Amino acid sequence: MDAIILQILNGLDKGSAYALIALGLTLIFGTLGVVNFAHGALFMIGAFVAVTLQRVFSLSYDQVDPTKTDFLGNPLVVQIPYIESWFGPEVGHWLMDWSVPLAIIAAIPVMLIVGFVMERGLIKHFYKRPHADQILVTFGLAIVLQELVKYFFGANPIQTGAPDAFAGSMDFGVLLGFDPNVIIYPYWRLVYFGFAALVLGGVFAFLQFTTFGMVVRAGMADRETVGLLGINIDRRFTLMFGLAAAVAGMAGVMYTPILAPNYHMGMDFLVLSFVVVVVGGMGSLPGAVAAGFLLGILQSFASMNEIKSLIPGIDQVIIYLVAILILLTRPRGLLGRAGVMED
Amino acid sequence: MKMLGLSRKDTTFLLIVIALTLFTPILLQPFPEGSGLATFNAGYPDLMQRFAIFGIFAIGFNILFGLTGYLSFGHAAFLGVGSYSVVWMYKLLGYSVVPGILLAVVVSAVFALVIGFISLRRSGIYFSILTLAFAQMSYNLAYSVLTPLTNGETGLQVYTNDPQVLMGENSPTSPHFFGIVMNESSKLNVGGWEFTFNNGYYFTAIVAILVFYLSMRIFRSPFGLMLRAIKTNQTRLNYTGLNSRPYTLAAFVISGMYAGLAGALMASMDPLAGAERMQWTASGEVVLMTILGGAGTLMGPILGAGFIKYFENIFSKINDNMLHQWFAWMPDGIENFLIGVSHFFVGKSWHLTLGLLFMLVVIFLPGGLVEGGQRIARRFRSRKSKDDGSEAQTQPAE
Repeated sequence: MDAIILQILNGLDKGSAYALIALGLTLIFGTLGVVNFAHGALFMIGAFVAVTLQRVFSLSYDQVDPTKTDFLGNPLVVQIPYIESWFGPEVGHWLMDWSVPLAIIAAIPVMLIVGFVMERGLIKHFYKRPHADQILVTFGLAIVLQELVKYFFGANPIQTGAPDAFAGSMDFGVLLGFDPNVIIYPYWRLVYFGFAALVLGGVFAFLQFTTFGMVVRAGMADRETVGLLGINIDRRFTLMFGLAAAVAGMAGVMYTPILAPNYHMGMDFLVLSFVVVVVGGMGSLPGAVAAGFLLGILQSFASMNEIKSLIPGIDQVIIYLVAILILLTRPRGLLGRAGVMED
Repeated sequence: MKMLGLSRKDTTFLLIVIALTLFTPILLQPFPEGSGLATFNAGYPDLMQRFAIFGIFAIGFNILFGLTGYLSFGHAAFLGVGSYSVVWMYKLLGYSVVPGILLAVVVSAVFALVIGFISLRRSGIYFSILTLAFAQMSYNLAYSVLTPLTNGETGLQVYTNDPQVLMGENSPTSPHFFGIVMNESSKLNVGGWEFTFNNGYYFTAIVAILVFYLSMRIFRSPFGLMLRAIKTNQTRLNYTGLNSRPYTLAAFVISGMYAGLAGALMASMDPLAGAERMQWTASGEVVLMTILGGAGTLMGPILGAGFIKYFENIFSKINDNMLHQWFAWMPDGIENFLIGVSHFFVGKSWHLTLGLLFMLVVIFLPGGLVEGGQRIARRFRSRKSKDDGSEAQTQPAE
């Protein structure tokens, strides 16, 4: 029992990331009918917004500290971050420590702008082109974005830590009445899951309970009729693209303490997120979320030693196997509507 | 002049391709050694072999994507399988490349048959994702549980204690074709020029010509026509009572065999095989080549493969010193600015150039370089015909 709970918990953080990226992919596909291979790159850009913010916060200048000396007997030169000297050491340190969560505030406008530029500058011209062309051009874009990030940040992963308050792990088992030290779970992953749930809930609420969301949903169902009613559906869809980009970006920001960002993380997540979308059903938002968590948890179960010894290598292929099975037996995906991209 | 079952135009075309391929070591060495432009020479064995091998890979991919329109994102899996087969034959039998290449083609055909049989039940983006899923599965497995077969991260290579039962006393100790050792070459110095004629290159080049001829025949055959019909309108084809699946499956298997052959040749030049050859970015590369050159055309994939491999090599070699040399005649401010800008595109950032170029091609030139060449040719022709009405047709240079 405790092992099962542990694996479910372990699957949650990956599942959250899959769900967030897949939600964006589905939003874009459902509204604009575009298959966006650059969505992983948006996730990566989000992660690098966090890296940038951390670097900006730790920009520092040299100052001679007369009270201390280094090992040669010269006065010690210490580096003082600008923010510490501006806001005082306390606040400055706090800002540096909390740079990852704070990066969300920076990431939202950045990602909205990136998404907006991408949609207006490139994707707009591909509405009417075949899916293959859309895949190809966004694949090219993903390469470009990835190489730009590599150019500025280098090829190595960059460690970006969570705030000290969330360092370490919690003994989750004790809460449920198990023995101590059976179910240990890092705090940050709980935060990530909570954050993902919040964002997912926010997006769904936005679509369900606002007029804007209602129009968007109507547009997803029948774009032409909504247009005939005198509503500028294109502009709303562009905004939805920006929203999808922001969701992917925030997912990336918060993921940095779990996985040190590197320039190809976007591609790695993209492939899996596509599989998630297909499993959930093209164009189905709840499907994307459900499949994200499902596959994340399945993957963590498959990497249990007991299962690996039963079927060697299963942890490496489980997601793809599930996708192949689903595609062959139920092409519309778990929660997909009949007739949407079933071919 | 008609031969080998080709029309006159195709025969000429084939002869031109053969001539270009055989004289590549000379043609790609236009600048004398030691001159400032020698960096742009590409006539050395390693690079020429890659031209031929990736040409084969792209020709094969084009048979599937160019003719039927099915976009596979998993062709690198066959490439990897081909390489592994060859290295295993080295380990078991000896350094002759023949058994390995035969095995590679057979094994990749079997793989393609299985993967194709399942993936082709869907079309469009689902087909792409299925092939991608299979390729990623192969890649992940090659890295993990299949380590006894693939030697995991180290990559498969030949060790001294391998059986190599067919190795005689005097057998060469590197890949060879009936005694012709692949990595041997002869050099020819004419004036300031140096030409390298490499056995391995000529081996891959001859194979490439053969498979190019084969793809030409496929393009011109009723089978090829059927594949084009599938691309144009599969539904209509099905309504006429035809089952299109066997045709697409045949195309998939053929292109898988081409990929296996390309992988086999890679291991024939350099007796190594690694799982990274199967990664989906490697599949993406062949997609880039085919589209960049022109999908669905005979020459496109070869052009694309050559183009990408050439510029990959040249662009990634360009460094600061060279940039300073080139821009030295400009005022300092502009020079530094230009060098700063070029930094984005050369050296390690060469993929950025590739990505941008690829996007531009997909957006403005869906027919690839071949279409670009045709457009230029057409413009030339219309201007000429205005001048004197001559029918001279300018074929775009390579």
